[in-house]
Parts: sequence; C-alpha cells; structure tokens
Amino acid sequence: MEGFLPENVATLAINFSYLLVAFLFIMGLKAMSSPVTARRGIVVAGFGMLIGTVMSFLYPGMGNFPLMLAAIAIGGGLAWWSGRIVAMTDMPQMIALYNGMGGGAAAAIAAVELLRMAAADPAAGAHHGPIVTTLATAGAFIGSVSFSGSLIAFGKLQGLIKRSFRFKGQQAMNLLVTAATIGLGAWIVISGHPTMEMVVAFFALALLLGVAMTLPIGGADMPVVISLYNAFTGLAVAFEGFVLENAAMIIAGIVVGSAGTLLTQLMAKAMNRSIANVLFSNFGEGAVAATEGVTGALKPIEPSDAGVMMAFAQKVIVIPGYGMAVAQAQHKVWELCQLLIERGVMVRFAIHPVAGRMPGHMNVLLAEAGVPYDLIADLEEINAEFDTADVALVIGANDVVNPVARTDKSSPIYGMPILNADKAKNVLVIKRGQGAGFSGIENHLFYLDNTRMVYGDAQKVAAELIQAVKAAG
Amino acid sequence: MEGVIALYIVMLAAFTGYEIIARVPVILHTPLMSGSNFVHGIVLVGAMVALGRADTVLEQVIGFIGVVLGAGNAVGGYVVTERMLQMFKASGQKKKESA
Repeated sequence: MEGFLPENVATLAINFSYLLVAFLFIMGLKAMSSPVTARRGIVVAGFGMLIGTVMSFLYPGMGNFPLMLAAIAIGGGLAWWSGRIVAMTDMPQMIALYNGMGGGAAAAIAAVELLRMAAADPAAGAHHGPIVTTLATAGAFIGSVSFSGSLIAFGKLQGLIKRSFRFKGQQAMNLLVTAATIGLGAWIVISGHPTMEMVVAFFALALLLGVAMTLPIGGADMPVVISLYNAFTGLAVAFEGFVLENAAMIIAGIVVGSAGTLLTQLMAKAMNRSIANVLFSNFGEGAVAATEGVTGALKPIEPSDAGVMMAFAQKVIVIPGYGMAVAQAQHKVWELCQLLIERGVMVRFAIHPVAGRMPGHMNVLLAEAGVPYDLIADLEEINAEFDTADVALVIGANDVVNPVARTDKSSPIYGMPILNADKAKNVLVIKRGQGAGFSGIENHLFYLDNTRMVYGDAQKVAAELIQAVKAAG
Repeated sequence: MEGVIALYIVMLAAFTGYEIIARVPVILHTPLMSGSNFVHGIVLVGAMVALGRADTVLEQVIGFIGVVLGAGNAVGGYVVTERMLQMFKASGQKKKESA
C-alpha cells in the first residue's frame, strides 16, 4: 500500500520526529527526578510518545491500518481504564502488568521477524545478517522472559497466586531451561533459516523461563524483580529497535535499560540483598529466628496515654510501614499529625527505602493522604535527628527499625540500613498484635526500656490517638 | 543504520539513563520506575511497523497482539505515573490551588 507522503519525505519527517521524541523523553525523565518538576516531566514525555505514535503512521509501505487503529483502541482503552481505577496501594502490580505488556510487544516484533525468516526461501539468501538476527533473537528472549515473568509478578502481588512454588532441584531446572533457550536461540542465529518449529519452541521455552524464574520469589522481593524486568523490557525494546532501524526505540530502550539496572541495584542494596540473591535464593532461608538474647518484656500502653505523650512532645518522627497502608490508616495518621503541628509539635515522616512495596511507594501513599513532601525525609537525612526526637511513632513497620541489623552479625538482616528509632527518647509502636515481621525475626526495638506498644488496627488506633490529642487541650 | 554509529548511540544513551537515576531522591523511585516503564512504551511504534508490514494472517495476528500490548504499556504507564505525580505537593501548595 502507498504511504501518505513520498517515501523520502516521510522517512526524513519520521527520523526528525524521533529525534524530538528522544529529546522529550530525556527531558521528561530528567524533570521526573525532582518532586517540583516531576508532574511536568511525565506530560513532556507523554507528548513525545504522542508525536512518535502519530508520525509512525507515515512509515512507507505500511498497510493494515484499520487493524492497527483497532489494536491501539483496545490496548490503550483497557490500560487507560485500569490505570484510572487502580488503588494507590496496588500500584506496584499495575507497573508490573504494563511492563510485561511492553516486553510482550517487543517479543511480538521479534516473532514477526523470525517467522518471516522461517518462511523465506533459503535459496534467496539470508533475510537478515547475523548481527541483526542475533539482536532480534536476544530481544525475543529478554522480552518473553519479561512478559511472562511480569505477569506472574502481577498475579502474586494481586493475590491471584498465593504461594511460592519451590521444589528441590528448581535452580538446576531453571538453569537447564535457560541453557536450552539460549542454545536454541544460537541455533536460530547460526542456521540463518530457522524452521517454524524452532521459532515456536524458542518462544515457548523463553516464556516458560520467565514463569519458572518468578514463581519461587516471595512477595517481599517482588519490587526488585519488577524493576529488573523493567530494565529487561528496556533492553528488549532497544534490541528490536536495531532490527527495525528505529532510533527512538534504541535510545528510549537503552536509557530505560541502564536507568532500570541502576534502580534495581539501589533497591536490592536498600534491602541488603544482592540481585543474584533475590533471584536464586529465598529470604531467611536457613536462618533460625533467634529469640534468645531478647531481654525485657513488651510493655503495652493505652492509646489515650500515648496521645498525651505526643501532644506534649516537641518533636515527633513518624515511621510508617506497609502495615499502615494495608490498614488504610494514612489519612487518619496525617489528620493526627496536622493536630500535632497545630499544637506546635514538629512532625517529620521517616521513610525507609523499602517501606511500602517498592522504594518510594510509601511516599506515594503519603502524598495521596495529603502529606506535603517537604515533611518527608529519607533514611540518611533523618537518622541524625532521632537523638533530638521526643517520640518515634512506628506504624506497621517492623524489620526496618530492628536494631539487630546494626548489632547482631548472625541476623539475616545484619547490615541492612535501618531507621534508628531506638535512639529517640520514647518509642511508640502501633502493631496489630504480637509476632515477628515478614522475615520472622524478633524485633529487639519492641523490648527496649523506652518502647511502648499500642496494640490494635492502625486506623482505629490513629483515631483514638486523635481523640487523646484533642482532649489534651 | 551504521553499526558503529548505533554503538555510539547505545553508549551515550546508557550514560544518560544512569545519570538521570543517580541523582533521584528515594521518594521518587516508584514514580520514576513507572515513568521509565512508560518510556519503553515506545515499543508501540515498532509494533505498529511490524503490523503495518505484515503480509500473512499469522504475522497480522502477532502484530495485532504486539500493538495491543505496546499501546497498553504506553497508555497504562502514562496514566499511573501521572496519577502518582499529581499527588506530590509541597506544604502550602494546596492552598494556592484551592484559591
């Protein structure tokens, strides 16, 4: 079918528009690195996407336009709808889902190319050179793993897949599947004329690998995995960009690939784990939850007394954890803090890098409740301030305030950076009940002399604290 | 595209991505991950080309799936990122908006 414009004009226009797209993407991502300009950043990047998409209709020699428009309407419409209704607490799995779709799209591009090679007449010579075929195949591999892996990550975080599937020899099996997939991919490249069966088997193996890799990983490690798959999809997009000679895809894909790799490392570091550790072993495996060495007892306190303690404090540092978000208590907690601020109490929120379900997720949840970002401090900023705080209020957080990470070399969380809540004059812990955190490690903070436990649902306790502060007059 | 030029592009883009993230405060990690997730939604244009040049029914089916997935990545990534970033406000900024 004829294009809308003469071929050379169209190609020139598309290439220049892609230059603009790359520029807008980089400007947008840069703006997103500061809370002041972040909102503008996504709009700028969105504008780039719009230009790129519209200009791509001008590609010479394209057809199937009704199908294309229908596909955009279906995919875009469903994503728009689901993106609007998703709750902020469920954001991590939606990111996983959309990321998986990108990986799937990259794999689909590769599939079309590889199938075309399979269908080509061997006598007519190679359809693509070995470099392009290698890139197409590598993109297909990474994209497929990202696609099926992200879907499993989505299912796990959404609660559709409840348990972690682990069995003996799992890692050996995964290694075998990886080797088989890569071997088959290499065969496709070397042969230059793959058969249909080879291509299908290759995709089936790559998809299986994504599933097998992700199933044994626990929910707490999922953010690292999602971030890793995000970087994977970026790379897959870049590889397919080479195949299609599409500069916008190469630049955007590589930028995301490298940014995503760094982000994955930052997350893993914040959790005191290496990426290899996340992928190939399970949290706390072999670690005995050591309760010995805990001295003292858990000392409960009534919410009314805890409220008075905060009302007459000079400085309160709030440490929210995912437990707060699960209880949907962030609005009540912010209401409490506003009351304290009105009384002249200095209130700060201390966020651990892995609070929430992925780094920065807690900030999103607090922002949703209306907490201004300048009251929120991260770990490095706030840790020096605990000495001067009268009250550290721990809500639904556990391992991130456990002092054994600093002191006990035998603990599985030893070395993980923590919030030094134990340095505050008083520590209040709001907790649903007695029991250890997800890691199963006893929290020594709870047994300290200056710690008081407030038992109950975070939302209910926050409401009671509000009453207590109001009554304090 | 010339192979060596492409390698230059890869190198520069890799450094760009690294530099952008290296200076980001932790509070923006989730929105930024979501934002970078949106950016690789550009795979949509590649899927459009794959579908646009598809000849056989099988190619059309795969291309169609590719465009659906690519559009989902781009649109979904945009919507959730924008929703998250919309909520980040400094103290006092809210009063200005409601006025």
